[in-house]
Amino acid sequence: MTAAVEIKYQGELHLLQKEIMAKYYAEATAIAEGNGKKAAHLLIAGNPVELLRAFDVLPIYPEVNVLQIAVRKGSLPLILKAEELGYATDNCAYVKADIGLYHAGGVTPFAKIPKPDVLVCNYVGCNVYLNWFEHLAELTHAPAMNIDIPFIRTPDGEPTEADVRYVVKQLEELIVLLENVTGKSLDWTEFTKIVERSAETGRLWAEIKDMTKQRPAPYDAYFDSVTMMAPLYTLRGTEEGLRFFEVAHREMSARVREGRGPLQEERFRIVIEGPPPWPKLRVFRDMFSRWGAVAVASTYSTVGGLWEFGFRHDPKHPLESIAAHMLSYNVCNRNFLQRYEQIERYVDEWSADAVVIHSVKSCRLFSAGQGDMREHFVRDRDVPTLLIESDLEDPRYFSEAQLRNRIDAFFEALEQRRITAGRVAGGVA
Amino acid sequence: MSRDIGMTTTIETPFPAARYRDVVEDRDFPTVRDYARRTGRAAAGCYPVYGPFELVRAAGLLPVGLFGGGNRIEIAHADSRFQSFICSIVKSTMELGFQEKLGPFKALLFESICDPARNLASVMSRNFADQKSVYVHLPQNMTSPAAVDYLASEYRRVLAELCAVTGATVTADDLRANLRSYNAMRAALRDLYAFRGRRPESLLTGELYTLTRLATLMDPDEVTPILRESLAAANEREDRPKDRIRVVLIGAFCEQPPLELVESIEESGCYIVDDDFMLGWRLFRRDVPLDGDPFVALARAYLDDSLHLSTKHDLRVPRAKAIVESARALKADAAICLIAKFCEPGLFDYALYRKAFDENAIPHLYLEFEEKMWLYEKIRTEVETFVESMLFR
Ligand code: SF4
Ligand code: SF4
Repeated sequence: MTAAVEIKYQGELHLLQKEIMAKYYAEATAIAEGNGKKAAHLLIAGNPVELLRAFDVLPIYPEVNVLQIAVRKGSLPLILKAEELGYATDNCAYVKADIGLYHAGGVTPFAKIPKPDVLVCNYVGCNVYLNWFEHLAELTHAPAMNIDIPFIRTPDGEPTEADVRYVVKQLEELIVLLENVTGKSLDWTEFTKIVERSAETGRLWAEIKDMTKQRPAPYDAYFDSVTMMAPLYTLRGTEEGLRFFEVAHREMSARVREGRGPLQEERFRIVIEGPPPWPKLRVFRDMFSRWGAVAVASTYSTVGGLWEFGFRHDPKHPLESIAAHMLSYNVCNRNFLQRYEQIERYVDEWSADAVVIHSVKSCRLFSAGQGDMREHFVRDRDVPTLLIESDLEDPRYFSEAQLRNRIDAFFEALEQRRITAGRVAGGVA
Repeated sequence: MSRDIGMTTTIETPFPAARYRDVVEDRDFPTVRDYARRTGRAAAGCYPVYGPFELVRAAGLLPVGLFGGGNRIEIAHADSRFQSFICSIVKSTMELGFQEKLGPFKALLFESICDPARNLASVMSRNFADQKSVYVHLPQNMTSPAAVDYLASEYRRVLAELCAVTGATVTADDLRANLRSYNAMRAALRDLYAFRGRRPESLLTGELYTLTRLATLMDPDEVTPILRESLAAANEREDRPKDRIRVVLIGAFCEQPPLELVESIEESGCYIVDDDFMLGWRLFRRDVPLDGDPFVALARAYLDDSLHLSTKHDLRVPRAKAIVESARALKADAAICLIAKFCEPGLFDYALYRKAFDENAIPHLYLEFEEKMWLYEKIRTEVETFVESMLFR
């Protein structure tokens, strides 16, 4: 194995991300300390953040908070606190960390998380979301609404007309709820502007994602995408969020022009399926970097929205386009076989050599049935596919030596396969 | 404890449920095969928790409760498709397919109950094309006035998908006839449950379980008389209540514990006065009205007139509160949470229930089960200890 040395990369983008996220969390803290502004809790999958921004309500994503805590190695005590209160070891650890955080007064190393003035449970795919926000409603007594997003389930893979009608109606009800909570009425001109900025953000993000079709890919579409994902949710629809994506686009375009990738040498192009192990992100990344493996696409980067296949928000039909985003254009609300198709497109159009499935115990939305997915890719598509298990929030399920062995064995075999294929091709020529 | 807590001595008269004990756990689905022989009709396997059974039957398929493999099926293939941390029923349901047990079914019905079940629906459709997978998205916004319309259209869509399988055409009157049949069956189950709540010594939970399970495996018109006959037989019994505590049992609404486990719990010194086994098959509090649009009526029943259920997130009434109230109404001394291993909705609810029970001074016991278990000693001891701690407080 030739170690592919990772280039230490701290471009303008990373600095800007740090800066705007710090600002976002400062705003959250100010609300927690009583500056009078409102905060709503909502969830990442297919989030309707545009409506909250239109009411000048700060979106708080418990998932983003707890993943930040996990990255900073602080998740386990919070999880244990929740388990003490009766949460099971087998429940999603995001929820447990958030419940633990609530009982710790919302204090994190990077912010004080405000209590919600309103709970917007955008039920997009994940059933655990419903439990999570139900529990938050019991704890906080904040007004709560479930936005029920019918799952993609028809043979044509599209939402029905009734689904769209139902979601638009609920968004109208959300507007009324937000009007009650904030005492303001919706400024449609402002709202349309926000949706327009979302549309533009989506376009830039989609183009950025397209760039990893290049060799080398200018960034890692799994490990580096996460840098861009937090602003995509927390700041989508704002000027600042848009500026961030302009910078990202510029920077990534330059890298493409200069033929620079995240590693010194790109030896394997992989698609990664499943959320990352936040508590061990660095270690996990290194397990791939040392093989020169770069993710050219990832399903995880589409939980909040799937823009790379053409979806854009539409300022002319703001509610309908938010409904479309929630219904069809995020990986969570699409059915499991549509995820196989999504990965197949990545393999084909992004020219990947292999698929890596990171199966996380917490998130059954992602993981339940990934053995079948592996079966499909290996047997029906002859795509080398690795299935490994750990967790996204709970460090107890990250077994480093075992993962390293599995990953090493996989890339060794992949290398062998390549050599053999080269010989065969050479023999034929 | 020196009290007589055995169940065999309790019942001297032969009781209808006894005849069906083996039938209900038989994964060759004898009742379904028999029905097909007699009527020429195929069946649809209905995964828990709740589905619009009326539509299935109107489309010409017998709705049959598909509760995985229980402890009768060894999982040989499905565990390579679903990971170790997924509940057993998901795997054993897929295993039924691998072991060619799904022959009697032309369609499979899945609903939006949890993430593993949702992915299961996809995986089943990929692997077993002979059984058409139909997926129902049940609403989770109970406060929206738009939910009824949505669910009624969802039911129309589901009926159309089912009719595409059978080629049937269905009129509003056909639907009403089916509502009537299921109303009658649900009413019989409600009566049995109410009776058991009043006189648990005369209708043991193992028996009630068998009867309810049977109702998921037979045509409603055929099973309702059996249920009625059982109620009458139970009513004839003259057992005296034993020195046992009254408990409500919650958490096994999807994956089902082995019948022997249910019996063990009761034999360990309690009367179960309420439970949520197979709750979806008896979900409604009263009959679905027969006037008006039957799709709308069925939708309303789910949204506004159904029992509290772990997979239905109704922000109007916290489930924990509803459970505490029903425990009080039934004069239960305690609660037992019997939750399937790895069952996400069940386990999440436990955290809320525990808090509510503590706040309301209702003693409770947490037990975890798997459908495939066949040793009950540990659970039995736990229940006995719990009961003793209650009796000798
Ligand atoms: S199950 Fe998955 S999608 Fe749902 S809350 Fe947990 S991590 Fe998020
Ligand atoms: S047992 Fe629980 S987790 Fe498993 S399918 Fe049923 S509801 Fe879902």
